Amino acid sequence: MSPRNRTALLAAVVLVLLAVAVLLGSYTVTIPDFLKIVAAQLTGGEKIPGASFIVMENKLPRAVLAALVGVAFGLSGGLFQTMLRNPLASPDVIGISYGASASAVLAIVVFGASGLAVSASALVGAIGVALVIYAISRGTGGQTAGVRSGNAAGNRLVLAGVGIAAALGAVVNFLMTRADIRTASEALIWLNGSLNPANWERVGILLASLAVLVPALAILARPLRMLELGDDVAAGLGIRVNAVRFGLVITAVALAAVATAAAGPVAFVAFLAGPIARRVVGRPSLPASAFTGAAIVLAADYLAYNVAPLVLNGTVLPVGVITGALGAPFLLWLLMTSNRVTSNRKEA
Amino acid sequence: MAQLSARGLTLQYEQRRVVERLSTTIPEGKVTMIVGANACGKSTLLRGLSRLLKPSAGVVTLDGKDIHSRPARELARTLGLLPQHPIAPDCITVRELVGRGRYPHQGFFRSWRTGDQSEHDLAVERALEATSTLELAGRNVDELSGGQRQRVWIAMALAQETDVLLLDEPTTYLDLAHQVEVLDLITDLNRRRGTTVAIVLHDLNLAARYADHVIAMKSGTIVGEGPASQIFTEDLVGDVFGLESRVVADPLSGTPLILPIGRHHTATPSTPVELEFAS
Repeated sequence: MSPRNRTALLAAVVLVLLAVAVLLGSYTVTIPDFLKIVAAQLTGGEKIPGASFIVMENKLPRAVLAALVGVAFGLSGGLFQTMLRNPLASPDVIGISYGASASAVLAIVVFGASGLAVSASALVGAIGVALVIYAISRGTGGQTAGVRSGNAAGNRLVLAGVGIAAALGAVVNFLMTRADIRTASEALIWLNGSLNPANWERVGILLASLAVLVPALAILARPLRMLELGDDVAAGLGIRVNAVRFGLVITAVALAAVATAAAGPVAFVAFLAGPIARRVVGRPSLPASAFTGAAIVLAADYLAYNVAPLVLNGTVLPVGVITGALGAPFLLWLLMTSNRVTSNRKEA
Repeated sequence: MAQLSARGLTLQYEQRRVVERLSTTIPEGKVTMIVGANACGKSTLLRGLSRLLKPSAGVVTLDGKDIHSRPARELARTLGLLPQHPIAPDCITVRELVGRGRYPHQGFFRSWRTGDQSEHDLAVERALEATSTLELAGRNVDELSGGQRQRVWIAMALAQETDVLLLDEPTTYLDLAHQVEVLDLITDLNRRRGTTVAIVLHDLNLAARYADHVIAMKSGTIVGEGPASQIFTEDLVGDVFGLESRVVADPLSGTPLILPIGRHHTATPSTPVELEFAS
């Protein structure tokens, strides 16, 4: 199968998972009923009592938000990993998610914020940390100018991120110990990444953000492919390396930030989407990363929302608990198997 | 044809000055070899000549125009560069990699404009053919040997179809047979297309053999410029590399052949060795 067909296959998987999320679960809806409900909603026709509300106000926005969050995380992770030539460089690892978390928990615990105010605060935190990390990684940038500076920049960024993540983790822990139990549990759910607050407003905001960021990414995609050949080769081909890299960093950070603002830092999605997509498609690919991210979040949320209550006496889990629990072992497996592939690759 | 010149060029990384008030012209349609000891600034000069490094003083001109005043892409259609450490992305085929050399020639919406696609395909085909990598076209770059890989990178630079081509140590890590092959290939390119070529090269004897023009550098300045026979003298090798040597005529090409004199395994320098073939 060609890479293009495999990417299409991933897109089909996302559609199937969307359908599963909307139609199945604790409240099942038949396809004709679903179409009737949507048609009624669009034309203002007669609604089906109960079903209309559950589908239109709960299941559909939740599923769409899950897919969009997955797309944004998948693109962001894939972008960082490609740009920095470092599989560790994803927004969770380089500290951006921690910036969002610390800022959001601060808003919840200290200012008693909720809903969109928390999201806005997370957005500010993510961008703030991104600026700090970018400044740190640029601070010593000039000296390595030239030889493999892409790799060096990636390693510096990862190290800076690990440091910042540790510091912000301490901030979050401090705030949690100061908070009363109800606020703390609210903050904890946010910290785990949850699609419970999904509604059309959040979908709309995220969709509008993606409507700007995805075209920006499409414009930068070809220069990015030249950057993969090394900064010097790219410059020789007429790429303005610094300008392109700056644009890519902004786009990748913004993608992670809007996704985190919408659903919290859903663990491991940005980290895993790229490598899994690569396994499936056979080569690194941003569209495939986006679809993989969407598939991960949709599948994990179905488990968290519909399957977990059956096992745990009705407890609905935040989606991040599932992605974290399944993501970590998967990551280890990926590391163990991919080492064998990459270790015999020579650098040109 | 295109003429690349530097005037009063000073290049530095942060505070470290590497090239100092250097002026030179890369002769049009010729093969120029830039030689010098490690860290003498020859690679930096190449970076300065190719827009990778902005000069802190002086100017680099291509056909009389400052290269920094021209749009990057337009410049990349005339001036090509193969740096020392190109990186092959994962899972890329030879044909794709070589195709990326076409980037400066392609419009913004490349995939939508199918009309002139054949022109790009032809350029890629020509580059593959010239470097004898046509039969590798469908292979992944990861699977190739060092020599094959270097030919593929040169093919990418050829696909760019520039009038000037700068190469930074294109023979590093290659065995002698592949070194000769690469230099022959570049000479072919120069003879057939009239491409102006400048190469940073470590091997003095190969440089002497393949150069139309030699630039010898020492601590960021040029200490000698001209045909190989004038540049590669025992004095200059002593000055530039701090190495005692004998220079004889290469029995095959008549170009200078530098025989280094170390502390071991050489007869006393004061007793010249009889060279039967130096006629």
